[in-house]
Amino acid sequence: MNSSGKKTNYLNASHTLSSWFLTVDHKRIAILYLITISIFFFIGGLFAALIRLELLTPAGDLFKSDEYNKLFTLHGIVMIFFFLIPSVPAVLGNFLIPIMIGAKDLAFPRINLLSWYIYVIGATLATLAIMVGGVDTGWTFYTPYSTVYSNGAVALTIVGAFITGFSSILTGLNFLVTIHKMRAPGMTWFRLPLFVWAHYATSLIMVLATPVLASALFLLFLERVFHIGIFNPALGGDPVLFQHLFWFYSHPAVYIMILPSMGVMSELFAAFSRKRIFGYEFVACSSLAIAILGFFVWGHHMFVSGQSMYAGMVFSVLSFLVAIPSAVKAFNWSATLYKGSISYETPMLYAFGFIGLFTIGGLTGLFLSTMAVDVHVHDTYFVVAHFHYIMVGGVLMGYLGGLHYWWPKITGRLYPEAWAKLSALLVFVGFNLTFFPQFLLGYMGMPRRYHMYPEEFQVLNVCSSLGASVLGIGYFLPLVYFLWSLKFGKESPANPWGAKGLEWEIQSPPTTHNFDEIPVVTEEAYAYAKEDGKHHG
Amino acid sequence: MKIPFSPEQASTIAGSIDAIYLYIVAVTIFFTALIYGLVAVFAVQYRRKSPDEVPGAIHGHNGLEITWTVIPLIISMTMFIWGTVVFFHYARPPKDAQEIFVVGKQWMWKIQHPSGKREINELHVPINKPVRLKMTSEDVLHSFYIPAFRVKMDVIPGRYSSLWFEATRLGSYHLFCTEYCGTQHSGMIGKVHVLSQEDYQKWLETGSAANTPVPVSGQELFKTLNCATCHNSGSGALGPNLNGIYGKPVQLADGSTVTADDKYIRRSILKPADQVVAGYAALMPSYQGQVNEEQIMQLIEYIKGLKETSAPAPASATEV
Repeated sequence: MNSSGKKTNYLNASHTLSSWFLTVDHKRIAILYLITISIFFFIGGLFAALIRLELLTPAGDLFKSDEYNKLFTLHGIVMIFFFLIPSVPAVLGNFLIPIMIGAKDLAFPRINLLSWYIYVIGATLATLAIMVGGVDTGWTFYTPYSTVYSNGAVALTIVGAFITGFSSILTGLNFLVTIHKMRAPGMTWFRLPLFVWAHYATSLIMVLATPVLASALFLLFLERVFHIGIFNPALGGDPVLFQHLFWFYSHPAVYIMILPSMGVMSELFAAFSRKRIFGYEFVACSSLAIAILGFFVWGHHMFVSGQSMYAGMVFSVLSFLVAIPSAVKAFNWSATLYKGSISYETPMLYAFGFIGLFTIGGLTGLFLSTMAVDVHVHDTYFVVAHFHYIMVGGVLMGYLGGLHYWWPKITGRLYPEAWAKLSALLVFVGFNLTFFPQFLLGYMGMPRRYHMYPEEFQVLNVCSSLGASVLGIGYFLPLVYFLWSLKFGKESPANPWGAKGLEWEIQSPPTTHNFDEIPVVTEEAYAYAKEDGKHHG
Repeated sequence: MKIPFSPEQASTIAGSIDAIYLYIVAVTIFFTALIYGLVAVFAVQYRRKSPDEVPGAIHGHNGLEITWTVIPLIISMTMFIWGTVVFFHYARPPKDAQEIFVVGKQWMWKIQHPSGKREINELHVPINKPVRLKMTSEDVLHSFYIPAFRVKMDVIPGRYSSLWFEATRLGSYHLFCTEYCGTQHSGMIGKVHVLSQEDYQKWLETGSAANTPVPVSGQELFKTLNCATCHNSGSGALGPNLNGIYGKPVQLADGSTVTADDKYIRRSILKPADQVVAGYAALMPSYQGQVNEEQIMQLIEYIKGLKETSAPAPASATEV
C-alpha cells in the first residue's frame, strides 16, 4: 500500500520500459493502444485539415492534384485502419471487458500483446509508405487503377493494411474466447453489460470478415507486383470482382467501428440515468442482428457498378433491414431516459451528441439504400457526409464519451469538467457545421475526391471548412486536458459517477490483477433500483 | 418544381427521383424530430433533483418494442418498393433510344454520335428523345454522371455499360466523372448541351463532310483488317458468316450456346480462342492492340447492321 491507502495499481506497479513493452496486462496494453492510435488520429486529422484548406477555393491552388489525391487517400487509410477500427475495442474493450465480466485478464494475454505489436508493424509499414511517396488510390484501392495505373507506394501500403488485419482478427478471437470462458460465477449472458454484448458481436465480424479483406489485398498485391491477371481486364481479370471482395469486408467493417460505440452508449445512458437500459434483451440482440445482416449488404456500394439490377434489389432490401436494429437501439436509449435521474456530466453530453449525430447518419442511409436515389448521390459528397456522420459522428462520439467516462478508472484522475463540457459542445457544433453542408453539396451533384470544383459549390465548402476548424479545436482540447489531468487532476475515488458495474467496485486505477478474489455476481447489469418498477410489458 | 439545394430537373426521371428524395427527407425530419424531442423532453423532465436519487427500474415493454420495429420496417419497405420501381425503369432503356458511344480514358470523355460526329468532354443531345449511352473505358474505372438528369453509371474497362435518359429542358449541364480515376479526376468534367431536335440535327450536320457514320467506319475497318477474308458467306469460308448474326444464339465448339451480343463480339475480336464457333478451327489471331475501344464499337455497329440477306460479304460489300 502507498501513502494514500490504495494498493499498488497497474500503473505504478513497475516503471521500467520493458514492464510496458513486454507487459501482458490487458490494461497496460490498452494504454499502449491508446497512445498509438491517438498519434494516428492526429496524423489523420492533419490530412483532413489540409483537405479542408484546399477546398476553401474552387481552384486547386494549395496542392497539386497528385498531392491532394494522396491526402484524401492517406486520411482515409489512417483514420479507418489505424484509428477507427482499433479505437473502442482495442482501448476501452481491452481495458474493460475482463473487468466487466469479473476476470483477471483476457483469455490469451500474450496474444493480446502480439496484437498490439502486429498493429504497430502494420502501421509502421503504412507510415513508411507515406514517407516514400504516399499512395493515391483512395482507401478503397479500386482496381485496375491500384494494380496498374497508380504510381504510389501501393504494395507497401496494402502490406501494412494486410498485417494490421491480423491484429484485428486476434483481438476478436481473444474477446470471443474471453467472453465465453472467463465470466465470473453468476455472470450469465443476460447479466453482461451491453458494452460486452456489443464487443461480442463486433468480434464475430472481426474474425469472420477480416480474412476476406486479407485475401482481397493479397490478390491485389499479386496483380500489382507479379502481374498475375485477377482484376485487370487487360490480363483477363474482372475489376468489379475486387469491389465485391473489398466491400464484403469493408461494409461489415463499418459495424466493427460503430457497434463498440453503441456498447459505450448503453453504458452511458444507464449510468447517467441511473436506470437499467430499457429493453436490455432487444438492445443486446440487435447487436447480433446488425453483425449478421451486415454481412449481406455489401452490394449497396455497387448499385451503379454494372451489377445485375436484381442483385441490386436484394442488396437494397437487406440494407433497409439492417437499419431496423439500429433504430431499435436509438428508441431504447431514448426510452431509458424516461423516468430516470438524468445528470449532464461530459460523458452524457457525448451520449446526447451520439444520438443526435447517429440519428442523422442512420436516417441518411435510407437515401443510399433506395436504389433510384443512390444513382444520383452515389460517389458524391452526400455519401461522404453520411459515412462521416456514422463513423466520426457515431464512432468518435462513443469513443470520446467512453474515454471521459472511464478516464478516472483508467488513470485514477478526474479531468476538468468545465473544459470537457466545452469540448463536447465544440465537437457537436463543429461536426454539424462541417458535415451537414456536405449533404447539400452531394445532392447538388458535387462528386467526392475532387481537387477542384465548380464555383457554385464554394459557399457550402467554406462552411464545411469553417466547421472543421471548430471541430479541430474540439478534438484538440481533450488531448490537452487529459494530459494535464495526469499530473494536476484530482484523484478519483473508485466510483466517481455512482455507477453500477464491476469496474466501479474496484479501486481507481485497478490493481494489476483487477480483483483480489473473483467476484460472484448476483444481480443483473444496471441494477440501480432495489425493486423492480411495475412497468414490465 | 425546383427543390432548394438541388440541380435543375432536366430529364424525365429527375422529377421521380426528387419525389422519392423528398419523401425520405420528410421521414428523416420526422424521426429526427421525434428522437431529438424525446431525448430533450426526458432529459429536462427527469433531470437529477438530488445527488442520491435512484429512480425505479423499468425493464421494457414488448408492445413498444414491436411498435418501433414494425413501423420503421413498413416505412422503409415503402422506400424500397418505390425506389426499386423507379430504378428498374431507369435500368431498362427504351427500345427506340438513340445510341451514342462514349469512351472514357484518363482524363477525358470521347464521344461519338452514330452519324460519326465526334466531340470531347461535351455531349450534345436532342430534347424529348430517349438517348442511350453505350460506354466503355480504355484504362481505369470512370463513372458518367449528369446531376441535372439524376443519372450515373460506372464506365468499366473490358465491358460495356449503358445509361439512358430523356432530356426535358434546353440548356447546358454539368458532366462529371464520379469514379476516382487518378491525377486529373476532378478535371474529367464537361458539359451536356440539350438542343431542340432541329438544332441537334443542324449541329450534327456542321462539318458533316468530315464525319463518317459509325457503321461505315466499322465497314472500312472490316475491310482494312481483312476480316472478310475468313468471315464471308462463301462455302468453305474459314470463319463463321456474320450476316444476320447479331442477337442470335451461336453454337460454340464446347457445346455451349451464347448470344451474339456486344460482349460476345468484343471478346471474339480480342480473344477469339475463348469462344470458338462450332465447326470452325481456332485460326483467328487476336486483334488486341490493333483496334482501340472506339474501333471495336464501330466494328460491332457494322456487324449489327449486316442482314441475313446481305450480299455475300467479300470486300465489296456496301450495305449498311
